[in-house]
Amino acid sequence: MALYGELSREPPRMTLGEKLLHINWTLVILICLVASIGFAMLYSAANGAYSPWASRQMIRFAAGLVIMIGVALVDVRIWLRLAYPIYGGVMLLLVAVEVMGSIGMGAQRWINLGFMQLQPSELMKVAMVLALARYFHGPTMEEVGRPTRLIVPLVIVIAPVGLVLRQPDLGTALILIMIGGSMFFLAGVRLWKFAVVISLGLAAIPLAWQFLHDYQRDRVLTFINPERDAQGAGYHIIQSQIALGSGGLFGKGFLQGTQSHLNFLPERQTDFIFTMLAEEFGFAGGIGLVGLYVLIIAYGTFIGLLSRNHFGRLLALGLAVNLFLYVFINIAMVMGLIPVVGVPLPLISYGGTAMLAVLFGFGMMMSVFIHRDIRIPRRLRDAEF
Amino acid sequence: MERDLERSRSLTRRALVLGGVKLGLFGTLAGRMYYLQITERDRYAMLAEENRINIRLLAPSRGEIVDRFGVPLAVNDRNFRVLLVAEEAGDVEETLRRLSRFAPLDDADVERVLRDTARRRAFVPVNVRDHLSWEQVARIEVNAPELPGLSIDVGEVRRYPFGEATAHIVGYVGAVSEEELTGDPVLTLPGFRVGKSGLERQLEDRLRGVAGNSQVEVNAFGRVIRELGRDEGEPGAEVQLTIDMGLQSFVQERLTTEYSAAAVVLDVHNGEVFALASHPSFDPNLFTTGISSQNWSRLINDEYGPLNNKATSGQYAPGSTFKMIVALAAMEHGVAGPGHQVYCPGFMDLGNHRFHCWRRGGHGWLDMVDAIAQSCDTYFYDLSRRVGIDNIAEMANRFGIGETVGIDLPHEANGLMPTRGWKQAQLGTPWQQGETLIASIGQGYVLATPLQLAVMTARMVNGGLAIQPHLTMRLGGPDQPLIDPERPSLGISDRSLAVAVDGMMEVTRIGGRGTARGAQIQDEDMRMGGKTGTSQVRRITMAERMTGIIRNEDRPWRQRDHALFVGYAPIQAPRYACAVVVEHGGGGSRVAAPIARDILHEAQLRSPARRLFTETAGAPTVPEADG
Repeated sequence: MALYGELSREPPRMTLGEKLLHINWTLVILICLVASIGFAMLYSAANGAYSPWASRQMIRFAAGLVIMIGVALVDVRIWLRLAYPIYGGVMLLLVAVEVMGSIGMGAQRWINLGFMQLQPSELMKVAMVLALARYFHGPTMEEVGRPTRLIVPLVIVIAPVGLVLRQPDLGTALILIMIGGSMFFLAGVRLWKFAVVISLGLAAIPLAWQFLHDYQRDRVLTFINPERDAQGAGYHIIQSQIALGSGGLFGKGFLQGTQSHLNFLPERQTDFIFTMLAEEFGFAGGIGLVGLYVLIIAYGTFIGLLSRNHFGRLLALGLAVNLFLYVFINIAMVMGLIPVVGVPLPLISYGGTAMLAVLFGFGMMMSVFIHRDIRIPRRLRDAEF
Repeated sequence: MERDLERSRSLTRRALVLGGVKLGLFGTLAGRMYYLQITERDRYAMLAEENRINIRLLAPSRGEIVDRFGVPLAVNDRNFRVLLVAEEAGDVEETLRRLSRFAPLDDADVERVLRDTARRRAFVPVNVRDHLSWEQVARIEVNAPELPGLSIDVGEVRRYPFGEATAHIVGYVGAVSEEELTGDPVLTLPGFRVGKSGLERQLEDRLRGVAGNSQVEVNAFGRVIRELGRDEGEPGAEVQLTIDMGLQSFVQERLTTEYSAAAVVLDVHNGEVFALASHPSFDPNLFTTGISSQNWSRLINDEYGPLNNKATSGQYAPGSTFKMIVALAAMEHGVAGPGHQVYCPGFMDLGNHRFHCWRRGGHGWLDMVDAIAQSCDTYFYDLSRRVGIDNIAEMANRFGIGETVGIDLPHEANGLMPTRGWKQAQLGTPWQQGETLIASIGQGYVLATPLQLAVMTARMVNGGLAIQPHLTMRLGGPDQPLIDPERPSLGISDRSLAVAVDGMMEVTRIGGRGTARGAQIQDEDMRMGGKTGTSQVRRITMAERMTGIIRNEDRPWRQRDHALFVGYAPIQAPRYACAVVVEHGGGGSRVAAPIARDILHEAQLRSPARRLFTETAGAPTVPEADG
């Protein structure tokens, strides 16, 4: 491959077999474990049946796993090369949703592919990490300190945020901003700059309130006081807390969650699936699952620290942040810590795009791990072109 | 290199800070979880216990379908079924064994019940058997002490009292399929049925009704404690049809002398359909409880297509029944008057091609009425050459041929009325004049449904009004208004229509020379007019013409001619229009005309149009048949 030869003289290229050996199989096993818990919960959500959710989720996961391994085997320098094209492609999808997206739940978020509903905003979370890692691979600390060097990465963040806000999907937009912020932080942007931006953002809140849709204001107000609308918007939060709280230490047992199965719990196969798990397996089950996520995220962080190229470090750390945001926001949401924003629990909630995006991210994380010893020159032009 | 080192140190430091923040936030989650699930557990457990108002859907009663006199055509029977609650039964197998003494159970039933009881929680009722007879119900009730956990439940099942005679009009209901799930929760109720064909399907929205609900108090395990409130919902609308069931039964029965046939009877003044039959038919009751695969394969493999409603979906070359259209087109475009004379030597030559008349020796000199009466092909070859295919097609469209006439049944066929433009677009070749000649005798590309032919006849004899055929007379009970579609004028001169009607009267005149003179109604007050048609389904080769055309009876059924007849009665004041098509039946005058005669005679004896109007005040005033 020409691309390969251009970028690297050392170390000697690995064969496919060697790469397979270098895949972090512990991480693969952890991922499969979490996904299996997801299958069990979807089986329970359908009152003890594989259809309609568990069986389809299994097929999607199997396909996603193959994609993940494939992504892992691709040289990290190729991902560096592809970073902007991938980001550009996902931007085009976001624009396409804006133009012709199907109407769902009063918001335009999907592209119907026939076999699944593609949600480009989910893909954007991974694509943005990739693009920012690519950008910050180049500049030195000194250069990062210059405000002019921050214009391009700011555009990388703001463009998709603007499109997602138009959909309108406030939750995803905020997550994209947090991912972008974490990447800026990792890249070494000075803290006082964050302080300025955050205080400006806080000052803009009263203004932004004017632009929020009614249902978004409702969600924020309902979050502040769920009893305000106990049969309407507050219903989800109240029912979720009742289901979760009544689970106790060890839960009511598999398939025995009364609140979930008597249909008091809404969206139990997607955003509120953690509630069902906590109702059926209690505090022990909930902590157990959170523990698995902590292990996976810690793995991602270590992979980042082990890599000897800046791109790989930023990529793996950014992907770990992305995963953390998914898990934290979803669980905090169902426990009533933050407003309902519609974020799935990765690998567990029923849904194709998030599953695909998350497994793709894991694949790149593994690619960073496999190719951790490769050094990539800061400026691609410095390499022998 | 130094710069790289600095950068990497900064990154490591910040990555660790970020990791610490993440751990801290996860700690918050764990704390919150501890608070909800351990500290506040009792409070939430109590809330869960109280969280107990459950809403159950009640299936609405499906609207009944009755004929124009209130005779029920689709009704809801009570379906007695026996349910089993496992926790009350104790030993399920033993209970089922005892039950089988009173109501036979096969192994499949037993297996299904055992599987269902194992899968669901012990207090959830499981359906053991449907459709118990009244006697079985009585025996089970009497022996209740021996049968713990069993209870009798009443549901509804659709029944069609007239079975085959209404199958093609009313249709049938069946279990909800995956594609039919539109989000109406009532569709997911076990055993719910939706219309699958005929009016049951066409009027599904009105027949279904609105689901009610019952708010029940359940404990945390879902066991029903008591009912708190009930909303009965809204039963489906009763539908009254224009059909006269007596006439419908007669027509369906009359067609059974043939292998495959269809007939339609209309009110020429308002388009009400009195009878619409397609033979062979099927028993729709087979479908309501789920048809056996044996019965199903028998129905779909039947050569004569019992599932197909040929009256609205069958498309046939109209043959000579089409000739009035050509005559009207010629007169309205001024190319020939009623006195137009043509000499028929038995054929007409066009270019180097010879077009034959059905009568080999020819008809001699004819005027227009004679030509309709004797169905002379040569005469209409001549007219069509003068008026052209596009004018003929335009006239046919006005009378309902070539486009759906919009009857309230699913799957109505279009028929086909070719034009120059149509052929160029569809086949990519220009129209040939020979094809105009072929079309003028209702052959070639021309296709019509029996319903379209009945509509054509009605529009000719009612003074040229575009009546709209319909089967639904009232929706939602007797106090609702009659459905009475507009009937705008077709804009055809009375003089031209009179010639077409005169021709049709001459066809059946006793002692005349018409093709159906032998099939006239004997009762003098009930005489009919009409037109025969015989449409070829295969080409007659030159060789066959030389050696003599093979008689219909000597050909395989599929190659025999279709027999058609369109008629109306009584001739003094037309009220009933009728079209009969006998698939591969042979000659129109010999086979179809006698059937139409019997149907029109019965229609006048029963006189559904008049009987209704004497009963209903405020009905539209229409000319009466008898003086």
